[in-house]
Amino acid sequence: MSTFAQTMMRVIRRNGQADVSVVTTAQPEQEREQIEGPAVEIAPNDPLVAFLQSAGGPVEVDKLDLDSPAVTALREAGVALVVPLVSQGELIGTLNLGPRLSDQQYSTDDRKLLDSLAAQAAPALQVAELVRKQAAEAASRERIEQELRVAQLIQQNFLPRQLPDLPGWQVAAYYKPAREVGGDFYDFIELDDGRVAVVIGDVTDKGVPAAMVMAAARSVLRSAASQTSSPGEVLQRANDLLCPDIPERMFVTCLYAVVDPASGRIRFANAGHNLPFARSSHGAVELRATGMPLGLLPGMDYEEVEAVLAPGEALLLYSDGITEAHDTEREMFGTSRLGENVVGGDRDLIDGVLTSLQRFTGSGWEQEDDITLVTLRRTGGAAPTGSSDELHVSFCVDSTPGNEREAMTRVAEAVAGLGLAELRLERLKTAVSEAAMNAIEHGNQGRSELPIEIDVDAAHGVLCVRISDTGLAGPVASAEVPDLEAKLDGLQKPRGWGLFLIEQMVDELRTYDADGRHTVELVVNLRGETDGDS
Amino acid sequence: MATAELQARVRDEDGSVAIVLTGDIDGRAEAALERAYGEVAASGAVLLDFSGVSYINSTGIALIVGLLARARKNGQTLSARGLSQHYRQIFEITRLSDFMTIVDDEEDKA
Repeated sequence: MSTFAQTMMRVIRRNGQADVSVVTTAQPEQEREQIEGPAVEIAPNDPLVAFLQSAGGPVEVDKLDLDSPAVTALREAGVALVVPLVSQGELIGTLNLGPRLSDQQYSTDDRKLLDSLAAQAAPALQVAELVRKQAAEAASRERIEQELRVAQLIQQNFLPRQLPDLPGWQVAAYYKPAREVGGDFYDFIELDDGRVAVVIGDVTDKGVPAAMVMAAARSVLRSAASQTSSPGEVLQRANDLLCPDIPERMFVTCLYAVVDPASGRIRFANAGHNLPFARSSHGAVELRATGMPLGLLPGMDYEEVEAVLAPGEALLLYSDGITEAHDTEREMFGTSRLGENVVGGDRDLIDGVLTSLQRFTGSGWEQEDDITLVTLRRTGGAAPTGSSDELHVSFCVDSTPGNEREAMTRVAEAVAGLGLAELRLERLKTAVSEAAMNAIEHGNQGRSELPIEIDVDAAHGVLCVRISDTGLAGPVASAEVPDLEAKLDGLQKPRGWGLFLIEQMVDELRTYDADGRHTVELVVNLRGETDGDS
Repeated sequence: MATAELQARVRDEDGSVAIVLTGDIDGRAEAALERAYGEVAASGAVLLDFSGVSYINSTGIALIVGLLARARKNGQTLSARGLSQHYRQIFEITRLSDFMTIVDDEEDKA
């Protein structure tokens, strides 16, 4: 039996290499001198496979009448007897024996012994094969997980740990890697002159290679930023530095913007990255600048563009992980859907965008790529002390009844930094609400497709809020003092307080018609007046 | 600012009846005010409690003028309590305060 045991061991080990393989072993009589013949491969589509599967016991090769390359190979290898190893109807392997040394045929007892051996060996072999496969798969999974962890570690290590402190701005960032980490990154670089560079980028490819290139791109950008404050030049230098080292077929898209917190000026250049959205009074606008991705070709130029964000306006930088997210019908989230979210008037852009994405993809969505969002919102008051005197904010609301409240709230936000006393602010709010309601209900006849425009300007101690409509109400009579007695006695309708109230709430009320628009201008003196005046 | 449709609850207070208002007094407040006034039409003195009101617009003023007109017709007296300083000024500017007593509030709200 020791010979058989040894033979079995060999079968298991050899069989690990192919689905069906053939092993010749030594003859049972020759315990000490085992002769191992050459292995014979049986192709999966060879007729011998089907034959052995249903043979039900050892098969003499000489008696086989099959048009089979495997039979020919077995004969050439000197195999006399093939014992099929079948488990659960499947041919796991074969035990091949040469002719008996004694020149006799294999006896019935021999065959019985071989048959019972095969019956036990086959399932054992099958189990061993399964165990081996699972172990290999587990090892490979572990290797992939390990690689993912490394990629995540590299990437997270190079993302900013905190947001920059920009006076008069709200900065927010959101970053969520996909399971198989993509190459997204963002960065804030504080420049010597008080400005801050905001960087967002995306490396092609995923996993460790992308994370390594991301780390390189980040340092190259930082080093270029220390040499010049021009966004176009930073990208040009970063490109030239990256080109020699970046692996073939990899590149980096990147948007680089320098923000001046005091003036709201944003200078930016773009290396093939998604265009950022600016949210202004005119809706969501894509800020366009052209340039090639980094790392493709040296010596590239990058267009430099400037935009100004007024108080209340915001900028959204993002990566394609959001616009290229798919819903269950394989439709993409897309740029225009993102733009709709930007214009939505939602104060927290990131929350709004993520909520909309969640609604779009539905639950159970597996994130396909990294998602990165960076927002910069210029708040109403540039200076926390409220001493700032200059302001320009414009926005629109559509003519839906009730939107006068939206107009009122947004004007109040815009002037928050002007240091208006509380009662004066309340009066301004009432005036804005009344004027906006007139514009919505009369000037635009409540037609929701017609916007009312609101401009808030402050300079030299005077605040002007202009509210304009399409003038459908015709010329508006000047404010009369309502006759309360007549109204109480039922001689007049109880209404008609709007214009009178507005006039009482502000220092000056002007109205004018130009270019097909009717405008009400509310003027408030910012200096030398306190709550006591009415 | 969140908008809130007006709630008007009628409450008996020693000697008079109060309509306690919570929410915004604008065009949407008409039904609630009508309902509440219907309940107090027989009372001699009605107190409007504005403590829970943070927004009144000109349509709301018109609704209050309408209430005041009916109260006068019915020989009722109308008074107001809990107005913020801002709306108290508006009641003065519109001369509503000439026709209804403005009850001093314990605290001045802006």
